[in-house]
Amino acid sequence: MTAIISIKNLTKRFRASDGHEVHALENINLDIEQGEFISLIGPSGCGKSTLLRIMADLIQPTSGTLSVNGKTAAQARKDRDYGFVFQNATLYDWRTVAKNVQLPLEIMRFSKQEREQRAREMLHLVELGDFENKYPWQLSGGMQQRVSIARALSFKPGILFMDEPFGALDEMTRERMNNELLKIWNNLGVTCIFVTHSIPEAVYLSTRVVVLSPRPGRLAEIININLPRPRGPETRDLDDFFHLMSRVRGALRGLGATDGKHIESY
Amino acid sequence: MVDSAKPDLQLEPTARAENPPPDYSRLRTVITLVAIIAVIVVFWEGMKSFSRANDYELMIGGMVIDLSNFNNTQLPHLGDIFGAFFEPAQRNGPPLYQTLLSAALFTLGEAMLGFFIGAVLGFLLAVIFTHSRLLQNGLLPYVVASQMVPILAIAPMVVVWMRQIELSALAVPIIAAYLTFFPVTIYALRGFTSVPPTELELMQSYAANHLQIFFKLRLPNALPQIFTALKISATASVVGAIIGELPSGIQDGLGGAILNFNQYYTQGPPRLWATIVAAATVGILFFGVVALTERLVVRWQVKESN
Ligand SMILES: Nc1ncnc2c1ncn2[C@@H]1O[C@H](COP(=O)(O)OP(=O)(O)OP(=O)(O)O)[C@@H](O)[C@H]1O
Ligand SMILES: [Mg+2]
Repeated sequence: MTAIISIKNLTKRFRASDGHEVHALENINLDIEQGEFISLIGPSGCGKSTLLRIMADLIQPTSGTLSVNGKTAAQARKDRDYGFVFQNATLYDWRTVAKNVQLPLEIMRFSKQEREQRAREMLHLVELGDFENKYPWQLSGGMQQRVSIARALSFKPGILFMDEPFGALDEMTRERMNNELLKIWNNLGVTCIFVTHSIPEAVYLSTRVVVLSPRPGRLAEIININLPRPRGPETRDLDDFFHLMSRVRGALRGLGATDGKHIESY
Repeated sequence: MVDSAKPDLQLEPTARAENPPPDYSRLRTVITLVAIIAVIVVFWEGMKSFSRANDYELMIGGMVIDLSNFNNTQLPHLGDIFGAFFEPAQRNGPPLYQTLLSAALFTLGEAMLGFFIGAVLGFLLAVIFTHSRLLQNGLLPYVVASQMVPILAIAPMVVVWMRQIELSALAVPIIAAYLTFFPVTIYALRGFTSVPPTELELMQSYAANHLQIFFKLRLPNALPQIFTALKISATASVVGAIIGELPSGIQDGLGGAILNFNQYYTQGPPRLWATIVAAATVGILFFGVVALTERLVVRWQVKESN
């Protein structure tokens, strides 16, 4: 398989207005393959959002190369190759749920008929079919986040970037959302790059978990998640699930950190 | 989640539509309004009867208040002001309310034209400033400075200029526009530029162009602020139109009426007071129309009221 996203020697430094430099990412190397589900996990401030934003061409790397779908990140953005789900749902207050989902379709000049049909289809997918005409503030946080996922999927991008989409949810809702997301990932065959702070979430969802170390953000460890699929509630009871969770936890504590070395899980 | 959330979201609106709960908030507003008017009336007339009963100078905290100030010339009875509406201002003329009504409509027409010119100008300036930091830094100080010049100094100049280019009819609207554009520029600029960064990044992730970002994000984001500005501008435009009438020598509007009744004040004080009431009413009505439009346009704001 060929890499759909390929990151080589990527470094990012921010220069604050006072001239002080923040070294956010240092020498990141990562290849992501078609159809993978990659979780980025690491302590707060280690550069996860920065890495995601660089992949999405929302900010520029200081040095290093990056290709997305075999092109530059800028070209991939212009070609609308990816959908982005922000940490807060980022729905527009003045648009109904359906209109929010249609936003990218309007910008991409889809016909009205197609817009409406796709919005309906996507809202159905995230089980919000009955909420088309509600405004965002009439929805719970979890529902808003699902609208935001429906919006990101509406134009059928091949890649989905998600920055802690379920960060604000309680554990029960989060698990339900995880299952919905896996279903979508399965059905649509999208490649997911997913930022999270939750170890169980990362292990449950991913094909690989990428652990970042802080200051500067380095690739500490990549852990393959070889849990059987389809995954479901019973997955969380498997011994391997606990084993993998403690491996991720260990990597986060810096125990298994071997600076970018690829480590197989078994 | 879907099951638990669905019922209360769907029940609420229908329950309201079928069996609307009595809207006490509106009743409370009306009662408050009536109460405030009652207090003003009692205070106003109370002062007058107190001063009549006590024809001497009142000492309050070392300050001397001459109670004769509350005589019928300086402070007419409310009943007399009300009554003045129904008496002719000139012998054998129409009752005052007819004169004032046509004057009010005339001034409102000028104010609305000025409001429109000012709002469009203010909006365009805000759009330009949003997209060019250079022009914003260069021109915004002058926009602010323009409001430091008293309108009373500007008005005669505008009248002269407009007369010279034979557009006298536009003089008053332009004076009104001078007061109107400023709040619109400031509030709209604030609304256009105070977009949350992630909402802008969302647009960038779709590779949206500047036009799309403006119409689908900046403009709707700014609408609540723009309407705040328009409400300020609506009342300011009425003030601007009245002041503009004074140096232009226009007799048909409220400004002309104020000048006229001011000149003959001693012959009928309530007439000037009645004109002031008429001017205030025009301002309030214009404000109300803008506020109503806001309600129709900015629907999503209901979240604040619940
Ligand atoms: N625009 C910016 N200007 C300056 N410094 C920045 C900027 N954005 C991020 N940083 C810095 O880069 C580092 C990484 O930030 P980033 O937001 O990527 O962290 P994160 O891993 O996503 O953290 P969290 O888990 O809290 O979201 C931080 O030290 C942050 O202060
Ligand atoms: Mg982050």
